[in-house]
Amino acid sequence: MGARHLSLNWASSLSSKIAGLVPGRKGKPPPPAGRSYVEFLIESSIRVLGFSTIGFVLLIFFFLLREGLPIFREVAPANLFGTRWYPTFDLFGTLPLIIGSAYVTVASIAIALPLGVATAVFIREVAPHWTREVLKPLIEVLAGIPSVVLGFFGMHVLAPLVRTTMDVPTGLTAFTGAVLLAYMALPTIISVAEDAIDTVPRSYRDAALAMGATHWQTIWRVVVPAARSGIATAVMLGMGRAIGETMAVMMVTGNAARMPISLNSLFMPVRTMTATVAAEMGEVANGSVHYHSLFGIGIILFILTFLINIVAATAIFKKRHRGGLR
Amino acid sequence: MEKFRVEHLNFHYGDKLALSDISISISDRRITALIGPSGCGKSTFLRCLNRMNDTIRGARVEGRVLLDGQDIYARGTDVVELRKRVGMVFQRPNPFPQSIFDNIAFGPRVLGLEGDLHQIVEESLRGAVLWDEVKDKLKQDALGLSLGQQQRLCIARTIAVKPEVILMDEPCSALDPIATLQIEELMQSLKEEYSIVIVTHNMQQASRVSDFTGFFWLGEMVEFDVTERVFTRPAQRITEDYITGRAG
Repeated sequence: MGARHLSLNWASSLSSKIAGLVPGRKGKPPPPAGRSYVEFLIESSIRVLGFSTIGFVLLIFFFLLREGLPIFREVAPANLFGTRWYPTFDLFGTLPLIIGSAYVTVASIAIALPLGVATAVFIREVAPHWTREVLKPLIEVLAGIPSVVLGFFGMHVLAPLVRTTMDVPTGLTAFTGAVLLAYMALPTIISVAEDAIDTVPRSYRDAALAMGATHWQTIWRVVVPAARSGIATAVMLGMGRAIGETMAVMMVTGNAARMPISLNSLFMPVRTMTATVAAEMGEVANGSVHYHSLFGIGIILFILTFLINIVAATAIFKKRHRGGLR
Repeated sequence: MEKFRVEHLNFHYGDKLALSDISISISDRRITALIGPSGCGKSTFLRCLNRMNDTIRGARVEGRVLLDGQDIYARGTDVVELRKRVGMVFQRPNPFPQSIFDNIAFGPRVLGLEGDLHQIVEESLRGAVLWDEVKDKLKQDALGLSLGQQQRLCIARTIAVKPEVILMDEPCSALDPIATLQIEELMQSLKEEYSIVIVTHNMQQASRVSDFTGFFWLGEMVEFDVTERVFTRPAQRITEDYITGRAG
């Protein structure tokens, strides 16, 4: 979701650039008949494409609502937000799934945030020029690794490692998922945080250095705080990516729908909302209560990611509003 | 009393020679103004005095810059220690996007200065004649102040670390006339305790505030003398032409 949010922004800025390239009709001598016909064709097809994209998104949204909303009528709220998810026994408690998703996501951000910010600081403030030139594209490549490949790596390398080092019965735990998700959120966090650090004015650094602050003090007390809203945006986008991730999580978290509330549940299996939908969607009868409940989970997930993206977007908007990332 | 002594300073940006053979003596507790047209090297020279040019790629310095007899370009010089002694106020006010209090407290905090932080903040703000205007809003964002107030905040921030020299790089160029006047009055009171070197393109300002004036032309120090003499009986023809507006 986070990546989609970014690419949407990118796409809209691109389309406005393209629109700028297409010569407008205003204030220009009327072009020859043939050319204006071609132009009309191009313009209207661009318009149709643009509106149809919006249309498809709306249709998907309405489909999600149509299939998911009935669950909130069919099942009593006490059951729906209960602690037990056993659809075959008509128990549709989504709480373990919601908490499971939140648990894995928060844990992954707890790992990815310090690593990501430290990497961004290193690339922007410490690394020599050539290292920066090598690291930046490498990090972008990281973002392109398919999640199933990461999941495979997680199952066969990370999980056994967790099992043996932590001495737990299975390596398929919330922690394993969190590590993988952190890995997946890192490229987003690094590149957005790096941009934020890059826009901190030189004059702040000069002021700190001129007062006798060391390089490290300047970074830690001036540059990073000045970039904090950008870093917060980075975290929100990384979180959006983590919470919506399915495949890698399903492969390594063990998928036991239990309440992860005790302290040691970090090293126990957990089940997320996404993994539940993916795992059970193929087996439900179309139109059944179970089927509706899976779409209901989809709605909850949609609302959560939507909220996260809104928070991230308002942070970006605020920065633009105040003139530059601060 | 001599604070800085510069001997045969050359400064290179890559292949370009930006300053050539500058020799000058800067007095303690006096205001020294550096004037000259844009690009003549006066800001570059100023930044040589606290080694702020170190961060520029391809910059090279030759010659000696003595602060109280110690060459600041000698091997093993602690640049952090140097900048603690030689503070700097920049052309555009550059407070940190933090509260007024945190801005002033920044220096004492990073340098681990002894003493009561609140007291240091109050003294510094009083020293910069800003205390009465901000004493009720120390927790507010410093960027909410007017540009003139921000620049005085930057001066307060500089004196909070108790330097010996304050370098000012066109400190009034972004300010309106009233704010400029306030800064100039402030400089007069600061010179009781600090040596001040100010770069300015405003010749009235140089003649109003300074005790000594150096005139830079194309990377060379053409003339350096007591301000009154530079402005009334300059030794060089080019200085006279510049001051009267015929050159530059």
